[in-house]
Amino acid sequence: MHFADVLPLRSGASIRAYDLSYETYGQLNADKSNAVLICHALNASHHVAGVYLDESGQVMSKSEGWWDTMIGPGKPVDTNRFFVIGVNNLGSCFGSTGPMQTNPDTNEVYGADFPVVTVQDWVDAQARLLDALGIQTLAAVMGGSLGGMQALSWTLQYPGRVRHAVVVASAPNLTAENIAFNEVARRAIVTDPDFHGGHFYKHGVLPKRGLRIARMIGHITYLSDDVMNEKFGRQLRDATGIKFSTQDVEFQIESYLRYQGDKFAEYFDANTYLLITRALDYFDPAGEFGGDLSRALAQASAKFLLVSFTTDWRFSPARSREIVKALLDNQVDVSYAEIDAPHGHDAFLLDDARYMGVVRSYFESKVSV
Amino acid sequence: MTGTTQINLPPSPDQLSIARLVPKGSRVLDLGCGTGALLDYLIRERGCSGYGVEIDDANVQACVARGVNVIQFNLEDGLALFGDSSFDVVLQIDTLQHLRNAEIMLRETARVGRIGIVAFPNFGHWPNRLAVLRGRMPVTKVLPYQWYDTPNIRVGTLRDFAALASQNRLQILDSFGLQDGREIRFWPNARASRAVFKLQRA
Repeated sequence: MHFADVLPLRSGASIRAYDLSYETYGQLNADKSNAVLICHALNASHHVAGVYLDESGQVMSKSEGWWDTMIGPGKPVDTNRFFVIGVNNLGSCFGSTGPMQTNPDTNEVYGADFPVVTVQDWVDAQARLLDALGIQTLAAVMGGSLGGMQALSWTLQYPGRVRHAVVVASAPNLTAENIAFNEVARRAIVTDPDFHGGHFYKHGVLPKRGLRIARMIGHITYLSDDVMNEKFGRQLRDATGIKFSTQDVEFQIESYLRYQGDKFAEYFDANTYLLITRALDYFDPAGEFGGDLSRALAQASAKFLLVSFTTDWRFSPARSREIVKALLDNQVDVSYAEIDAPHGHDAFLLDDARYMGVVRSYFESKVSV
Repeated sequence: MTGTTQINLPPSPDQLSIARLVPKGSRVLDLGCGTGALLDYLIRERGCSGYGVEIDDANVQACVARGVNVIQFNLEDGLALFGDSSFDVVLQIDTLQHLRNAEIMLRETARVGRIGIVAFPNFGHWPNRLAVLRGRMPVTKVLPYQWYDTPNIRVGTLRDFAALASQNRLQILDSFGLQDGREIRFWPNARASRAVFKLQRA
């Protein structure tokens, strides 16, 4: 959808006009009260559920929505009942206006000139999408990880427009360790000789080496040590033994990380990666309240469901508990499930019966349409 | 367990007796709230509000399915999530006997709530005494486990608890026994299978 109005950004910059890509699932009811907005995390998009068909009507391989376990007919977020909106954030490389598009002011590709966007800016842009769809209030806003931060921010920026917020595997801000991981990933990208200060499009190259390393670092932090050991352990790629090489792939985990990195570098935009990790770093609703999250959340009037996973060390249960505590301090309706799953941060994308069960129960019992 | 499991048991007669101790409209914290039956009843019938705390996944889901606010964590980790006197009533119904940090939790209950209501199986009930006299650990409706596989790591009597409460400078506002939903006020330590205490900071 195209938006012709200027969007002012937290940085002081603004975007003159922009497009947001979105998909919807299910039917919007007559009084437009059954909409659920899904906010995406780092490398995802508006394609949250279902599959794409090719011209001959065949299911395209690997076209499954990134939260297809969660959303669809009869699924925990049941599209027979809810009108689900998947939206792609500004700055993305999946259709919404971002660094790969042409800047209307210069008629050149934005590249590194695309303004730094924040979680709050994304929420503002999403609110305009709802305006355009004629939706005043959301039955629920939902997201995992960075998407959870957007859901939380919705309840603070537009408290009157959100009845429920479902915040999964998220945090009220990033720890120094988390920012450090982001910084290593960014340095990998910007020090790639093909990066050209973010204007690599002009040079006809892509900083794939940097993106690969950024993804490898990210990927390590999304898994738990246990899962990595279980999946790969110390298995060698070459069954005949070690090759005493420092350059070659020796262990299966190396092969796996290189594969993940290669795959990512094929489809993801380097500038988008920089922007999104920065949005993560900056998010801190307690910041303007002297670090007092309870005071920050005093504006929230939505009801909350929070879910965390015991083995998630990137967004640990302790971080979700901080949000829970701040909500309790404000006597807000909140439920919190701490799922004992082995998969680390990635668990929020997987099909765990307890996790799915609690989200399903919440949508069935609490979220009215 | 599937996503649609629901355990919508109504409150038991004992729970209903305990519910009468909770003033109407109270803000309630229910520690070890199980499937949320008591809290649900308090919210619907007595105009209360509040939260349950529960560790078991299936119980957490049952609470959510009822629409009762529930926070999942291990009570052994303490009550740091909750501020001083942030609740009118803190319930600890059949929870104390499972806790290693029972004494700390009792003090925390009094810190977080203006009043605390504690209920637990009364080991002083006469069938238990009789079983011990006969040389065996009791197995009853309220203590239904064999000694070698019981989740109850603390068993005590009304008199034991009264002593613990005064040792922790807690004032007992009321105490009685419960037997099949009936209040037992005459010789409760021998005549009731469950002990109930209502207390506050002295």
